[in-house]
Amino acid sequence: MRHIISILMENESGALSRVAGLFSARGYNIESLTVAPTEDGSLSRMTLVTHGSDEIIEQITKQLNKLIDVVKLNDLNMNQGNVNHIEREMMLIKVKHGSLRDEVSRLVDIFRGRIIDVDEHSYTVELTGTSDKLDAFIRALETDTILETVRSGVMGICRGEGALKL
Amino acid sequence: MELSGAEIISTFLADEGVEYIFGYPGGSVLHIYDALFKQDKVKHVLVRHEQAAAHAADGYARSTGKVGVVLVTSGPGMTNAVTGIATAYMDSIPMVVISGQVPTAMIGSDAFQEVDSVGISRPCVKHNFLVKKLEDLAPTLRKAFYVASTGRPGPVLIDIPKDMTDPNVKMDYVYPSNVSMRSYNPNIKGNHKQVKKAVKLILSAKKPVMYTGGGVVLSNASNELRKIVDRLNLPITQTLMGLGAYPGTAKRSLGMLGMHGTYEANMAMHETDVLIAVGARFDDRVTGNLEKFCPDAKIIHIDIDPSSISKNVKVDVPIVGDVEEVLTDLITVLDELGVNEDETRFTNWWKEIEDWRKKKCLSYKKKKDVIQPQSVVEKLYKVTKGKAFVTSDVGQHQMFAAQYYLFDEPRQWINSGGLGTMGFGLPAAMGVQLAHPEATVACITGEGSIQMNIQELATCLQYGLPIKIINLNNKYLGMVRQWQEFFYEGRYAMSYMDTIPDFVKLAESYGHVGMQITNPADTEDALKEAFAMKDKLVFLDFLTDREANVYPMISAGKGHHEMQLAPESELI
Repeated sequence: MRHIISILMENESGALSRVAGLFSARGYNIESLTVAPTEDGSLSRMTLVTHGSDEIIEQITKQLNKLIDVVKLNDLNMNQGNVNHIEREMMLIKVKHGSLRDEVSRLVDIFRGRIIDVDEHSYTVELTGTSDKLDAFIRALETDTILETVRSGVMGICRGEGALKL
Repeated sequence: MELSGAEIISTFLADEGVEYIFGYPGGSVLHIYDALFKQDKVKHVLVRHEQAAAHAADGYARSTGKVGVVLVTSGPGMTNAVTGIATAYMDSIPMVVISGQVPTAMIGSDAFQEVDSVGISRPCVKHNFLVKKLEDLAPTLRKAFYVASTGRPGPVLIDIPKDMTDPNVKMDYVYPSNVSMRSYNPNIKGNHKQVKKAVKLILSAKKPVMYTGGGVVLSNASNELRKIVDRLNLPITQTLMGLGAYPGTAKRSLGMLGMHGTYEANMAMHETDVLIAVGARFDDRVTGNLEKFCPDAKIIHIDIDPSSISKNVKVDVPIVGDVEEVLTDLITVLDELGVNEDETRFTNWWKEIEDWRKKKCLSYKKKKDVIQPQSVVEKLYKVTKGKAFVTSDVGQHQMFAAQYYLFDEPRQWINSGGLGTMGFGLPAAMGVQLAHPEATVACITGEGSIQMNIQELATCLQYGLPIKIINLNNKYLGMVRQWQEFFYEGRYAMSYMDTIPDFVKLAESYGHVGMQITNPADTEDALKEAFAMKDKLVFLDFLTDREANVYPMISAGKGHHEMQLAPESELI
């Protein structure tokens, strides 16, 4: 099953490589990983998407907790299903519009995206949503019109008052 | 007190109560060596190869329970130490490794003797640090000792760039007695409800088995373990790492379990209905085929590391906590329930076990003309009255040592269990002998393993370490040869060394005493003679039966009940 694991970790050099190294050393897979400092400059927040059986996910969270730089973590899918968290991914995608300027523009509107740059041959589109939605947008475009895509990886947060905090 | 970084290190080590550090100098650590030279509280032991520094610190740590300390230079100094660090990591041994690094400004420039020590060591340390500011140095050293010695212990590396130890840059130093790390709080106390549940399960068992490992030794929980086992009349089997926590000579001890465990221990594992795993991690050498592992058992697992629990084997009653704390709690629960010592508890189960014992699975055929390796270990036991510290290398001799030297005390048996590092035995024995100058220390080894750190014979002479080296020389890499005999139709690929040194002359050239023993009848006298030389290192080269095998053996894919026994034992 797919799990989103949120991690608060010490904002120190090498902390990221400890997590990445753990995954490669133990043969766990990482689907996406995103990390940036939080409002507390001494902490970074990482969101990691991985796949595995319950046993493997249990090991992953235990092994992550064992890393000295990991302060706290939360498996957003733990016994809660998908309803109890919100996830978003952001994509910047550059599309050749050719003679189909209006059609591409309408498609962006349908997906609640924004065109953030234009030139005579291309649009650069900003799109936010679940990974599924971003995938759907890509599918809706003709493959040979896509010049470049860049995706942030998934960020997640739990619904309601619950917070991953010190 | 205004001190340079180098002086902070030497002063800190003294304040931390460090008695010995094991190391080898080089460019990046010259300032540190200069500071050590000017003080006399911390004694430095000069090894002949950095791997041996780590193993010696490891032997020191295993035999005392204190943190072993290593000092090596950047680049090859650190990479040479990696095998020793990984050895300590796999067996959860508290160790602090200080490695020199090129000056901060040169990091990343492929400078002379530069390697990414933090990167290289990362997968085989509990944690590591790169010191980038002088004011971080003392607190980082303190954190390193704290992390290494608490929770599930392990090695911690501190990489210190040369400019951090510059004698001209000084700052105020106070020993940082407090250490707090918000991200590191090992769970010491076990959950009391779980402990009660475990006791209930044990008392309801018909065929319980206690299976204990190195965690009992690390946590100094030997007394508590003995109380519980004796009070409940439990059969106990110990892993290679756990031997000695419960006396090997006691009647409730079934000996070691696993790949080369005893028949009674492995059969009991197969038949048990309640398995009590304490400070053990269900290693593949212990479990054999997981599909066939303890098919009828409910499993209780006590361990300080949550990630050890249900890693390889799903357990029914997990208890996360320090083994000593949890066992103490368990004794309290037994007291509350009024459970007293009862020799008749589990009588039927003991009858079954006694039948398995009758197989005498460790019996072997003695020959008149050639020394059996097992008999050397048995004679060693006799001559040292079972009281020696025994270190070993890795291979057949290690298994013979574990099977035939019945350890009665924890920390008496010192070997590389997890990583299986050849070359461990001699340097580890140095650490043990330094920590226990009056004790008898024997290193059981083979002609393959001993050559992997033979240069340490020089260190032994320099520091007057009267270790007795018991070399079981069969002119084969014995364990490799055994596998090739069993699984590769006797094709002995590279398990035979065509040229082996004359160990007697070799020992003598290093300034020690060398003896070669070829006649089985001389075994005991030779050992007596060697151990009578109290202040001499004696290298005893026993030429043993070349094709002796280690039995019992569980082959890959087999379960505990599918042991291969020695051909001799069938005859009995």
